[in-house]
Amino acid sequence: MTGAFAPAPGAAPMHRQVRRHALMETRLLLRNGEQLVLALVIPLVVLFAGVLAAERFDLVAGDAAARLTPGVIALAVMSTAFTSLAIATGFERRYGVIKWLGSSPLPRSGLLLGKTGALLLVEAAQIAVVAGAALALGWRPSAGLGTLLGVALTVLLGTLAFAALGLLMAGTLRAEATLAAANLVFVLLAIGGGVVVAPREYGEFGAVLRLLPSGALHEGLATALGEGSVGWPALAVLLVWAAIGGLLTARTFRWE
Amino acid sequence: MDATSPRDPLSPPALAVTGLVMRYGEKVAVDGLSLSVRQGVIAAVLGPNGAGKTTTLETCEGYRRPQAGVVRVLGLDPVAERRRLLPRIGVMLQGGGAWSGVRATEMLRHVAGMYTHPLDVGLLVERLGLDSCGRTPYRRLSGGQQQRLGLAMALVGRPELVFVDEPTAGLDPQARRTVWDLLEELRADGVTIVLTTHFMDEAERLADEVFVVDHGRVVAAGSPAALTTAHPAEADQGSLAFRARPGLEIGLLQSALPDVFRVVEDPPGEYAVHGPVGPDTLARVTTWCAQHEVLPQGLHVGRRTLEDVFLELTGRELR
Repeated sequence: MTGAFAPAPGAAPMHRQVRRHALMETRLLLRNGEQLVLALVIPLVVLFAGVLAAERFDLVAGDAAARLTPGVIALAVMSTAFTSLAIATGFERRYGVIKWLGSSPLPRSGLLLGKTGALLLVEAAQIAVVAGAALALGWRPSAGLGTLLGVALTVLLGTLAFAALGLLMAGTLRAEATLAAANLVFVLLAIGGGVVVAPREYGEFGAVLRLLPSGALHEGLATALGEGSVGWPALAVLLVWAAIGGLLTARTFRWE
Repeated sequence: MDATSPRDPLSPPALAVTGLVMRYGEKVAVDGLSLSVRQGVIAAVLGPNGAGKTTTLETCEGYRRPQAGVVRVLGLDPVAERRRLLPRIGVMLQGGGAWSGVRATEMLRHVAGMYTHPLDVGLLVERLGLDSCGRTPYRRLSGGQQQRLGLAMALVGRPELVFVDEPTAGLDPQARRTVWDLLEELRADGVTIVLTTHFMDEAERLADEVFVVDHGRVVAAGSPAALTTAHPAEADQGSLAFRARPGLEIGLLQSALPDVFRVVEDPPGEYAVHGPVGPDTLARVTTWCAQHEVLPQGLHVGRRTLEDVFLELTGRELR
């Protein structure tokens, strides 16, 4: 056959498909205005408002930037791994994207890897922006190997835990319901979930918050950035949430 | 090219479905459906809404596991051998398939990147008339543009077999012809096409093989020519059809014609004279119309269309 449409089938190598998929989802996440507000504007507002208020009214004892930055990074990670992912996936189901991809050479595992890659890319950009702003406000974190390892592991496990929960929501609810619920849960956790303000600040309730993915994400980052070590208990909590969420999602997710 | 030509009747079929049964709860969607499509042809699956067309196609595409029966696509089991099959087929779903914020050409380039020897994206965009909206986000494309992008996504990986679910639904006449020409060119280049459609003229023009599906079964199969000439005896004799105001006294028209003719009004306002229609019949009918001050519109003499066959097989009532 010599025509322009003569069959010549074949799938591109898996690693190339995954890389391209991750970059595509990253572009789409960054292109979406509402999600950008959630991902960057809200964390930056919390950071600046928190530091300014603390200095003005003496609300936070000690170095305000140092106390607030780990929580703001946790907030940024949660906004992407949970809320943005849930909303985007809900509308992917609505628009038949996930269904169509099911007929493409990209397998489900490749789709999940690509999505995770996109989340980590967006989070890296968020952390760079938030950390840059915090440094400008006078934040001086510890910067040893323990910090790097602790931040990397906490962000990775936190992303997996929140992504599993976000997909659980997006895979069972309608797109509009997912949009509403993902934002609501984000706000509730941001206020009362020990994300921005450390779980210990909540008094006795703090012990419960440490067992939530939001509180654990904060603890892991605060330990890494404040003490320069890996917060293993927090990582264990995130791992359990990732496992539970992943299991439930695998059982309930409807692709269309 | 292989030693066996794709159109060789002895080469294995591109698609073979045998005794497929699919149920949703109590409802039987597909009820022992069998069909076989040769390589390199266009096959059209016709049927009323809810006849089981989409369920059948989605089972062939590996989305659903057959509850009974056997499905083989390019000789492969679409569920068990999914990963080997998917790179070789193209799928156009009924609506959707792209991210709401993705631009048309961007989506097509993304899909092209999943394959080893994709078509030239620029060529495909131009052939489907998508060049003017290449930078438009998917959600702002018109229904017809979304439809054509969906077709392009099915074709860009240079598949051997494409499944297209209602390829021209919602398209204007020019775009329909563009899509028809493209599908014909694909066939000429050796691609097998399985499509569903509601448009009889589309099936009549494009399809080498037609499968009429109703209540989850194939109720008639064959080439459009075979279907329109072979079925009931009166088909060989031809017919005369016209439209006029409903409620004409067809008994009077009947008595103006020889006994072998049969006059029917179905649905109201659409008249047909069945029998050995000749020039004399035409003269008698028009004379009768003139006497009754009836202007027959869309007067048509000839063999049945695929639509006539379809309605005879599946009934006229709405579902």
